[in-house]
Amino acid sequence: MSERVLMEGSSAMAEAAVRAGCRFYAGYPITPSTEILEYMSTRLPAVGGTCMNAESEIEAIGMVWGAAGCGVRAMTASTGQGISLMQESFAELANAEIPVVAVNMGRGQGDYFQATRGGGHGDYRFIVLSPASAQEAVDLAHRAFHLADKWRNPVMIMGDFLLSHTAEIVDLAPPPLPSLPAKAWAITGAAGRRGINLSPIMAPEKLSSDHGAHLGRALAKHAAIKAEETRAETAWLDDAELVVVAFGFPGRFARYAVRLARERGMRVGFVRPITLWPFPSAVVADAAAGARAMAVFELNAGQMIEDVELAVRGRVPVHAIGGVSHDHSGFGVGPLLDVEHLLRRITDVYARSAA
Amino acid sequence: MSGPLEKVFAPSDLLLRSEHSLCPGCGEPVALRTILELVSELDVRERTICVAGIGCYTAFPPIMDVDVMQALHGRAPSVATGVKRVRPDAVVFTMQGDGDMASEGLQEVLHAAARGENFTAIVFNNAVFGETGGHMTATTVLGQHTKTTVGGRDRERHGSPIKIAELIAQLDGAAYVARAAVHSAAAIHLAKQYLRDAFRAQLDGKGFSLVEILTMCPTDWFVRPEEGPAFLESRLVPIYPLGIVKAV
Repeated sequence: MSERVLMEGSSAMAEAAVRAGCRFYAGYPITPSTEILEYMSTRLPAVGGTCMNAESEIEAIGMVWGAAGCGVRAMTASTGQGISLMQESFAELANAEIPVVAVNMGRGQGDYFQATRGGGHGDYRFIVLSPASAQEAVDLAHRAFHLADKWRNPVMIMGDFLLSHTAEIVDLAPPPLPSLPAKAWAITGAAGRRGINLSPIMAPEKLSSDHGAHLGRALAKHAAIKAEETRAETAWLDDAELVVVAFGFPGRFARYAVRLARERGMRVGFVRPITLWPFPSAVVADAAAGARAMAVFELNAGQMIEDVELAVRGRVPVHAIGGVSHDHSGFGVGPLLDVEHLLRRITDVYARSAA
Repeated sequence: MSGPLEKVFAPSDLLLRSEHSLCPGCGEPVALRTILELVSELDVRERTICVAGIGCYTAFPPIMDVDVMQALHGRAPSVATGVKRVRPDAVVFTMQGDGDMASEGLQEVLHAAARGENFTAIVFNNAVFGETGGHMTATTVLGQHTKTTVGGRDRERHGSPIKIAELIAQLDGAAYVARAAVHSAAAIHLAKQYLRDAFRAQLDGKGFSLVEILTMCPTDWFVRPEEGPAFLESRLVPIYPLGIVKAV
């Protein structure tokens, strides 16, 4: 049954998290993620959950660690700067196989590397989901908790200023997701069994002499996650001579610009990675196979373009059509996020790529 | 003498192996045994959750027959907060060292105490980074030789030590604070009594409790193992007096 309401993206995502079973949230205020903390501070107690206005981002992720380690669905949110402070815990949560959900409401798109290349130490991956609308944020919030529990791996949702603060009509009805087994690994107190360890550095079994074995298991999941969870939106690829790749809320602007280019007779296609990790390399490679060039639109100095280049493997040129773009506050949207500007860049690259 | 021998001592039944891998003369295994004996005596093993920090004592979780969540260096109080908030019926204690609690993670324990989080924080204070091989922590006493204070800790150059128990006791959320030691049978006996007080405060829902336990580290004090207790008594106890600091 549909439950359509008008909500800002951050509130919609927070509500979806609660409906997905999130019962613990800890966060530290920082623009533009603060609305999630505000929402959770009243919403979670109403459903018997707990929201902590933590004294730092480091403590926020520590609290989430403790709650998630007990088997409770738990979440934090921040923006890139605060996410930086959480990186030590992120790395070790992945190695301890503790499923948490972390939201980065970024101030632009400069945190792509932070999200997809770790940012913390050691050998780990986050599953990174990138919504382009409030509705997709709702759907991906449900999916984030599902994937975190399914793979026992942290999941990040990459939002931004526009997603956080734009009110849209959303349907809050939960998307269908398969049920998951009980969390036998969770710390409960050792009633009726031997104690266990939940640790990034040692085996769960007591007296184990093989402390590193769980790390191998944690890292072996990566191939399966790539095979099963990679997602992308595509459009107009069949005859595309130029393929535009863009992610997140700005991806909607890019798609609209590509549609306008189509209306003007240009054979342009569109790929929007929904999972930034695993990156939809096969989709991008297939799109490039029939194209003359790729154009990457992202609001940073060039980060996702490296994943596109890795996928394309030099078969066609890959052009950057985005760039660093901030408003006067440094939080919001800069002049490059503009359809007319995008259309000019697409037209220019299309003309240069013509046979 | 005839007849069966009376059993007067045995390792804690929550120790899966009674041997440990720490140095001869180390006080931390004694402290661990005391904690685990108390968990058995209170009959709370099946709802006990330990949150462990990073230090020499991080070797203990594999031999402790209770559930243990391993935290990062300094971060046990925030992790224990998350644990206790979602499992309010659990008996939650942290196990940290002085480097972990007073150096790396001082903010964590201060805020947990200020919030009155209803768990028991236990800090093994040997006034030195044991695991790294003998470096100054925030509790290294003035004049103490470490590998980073070779001429002895100097107030002008290195600052003064932090007295964790007294610092925490000032905070309204702290219900019980005590300082114990494990360098003599009498001290161990008192340590268990303070730990029992602290766990009791938690079981009664009174708020944050903390027991600082002075432990011997002869290796990084650069003395012989049998000289550890005397070093603790003569060098640490004058700075860190034993006893109950606060009981609400």
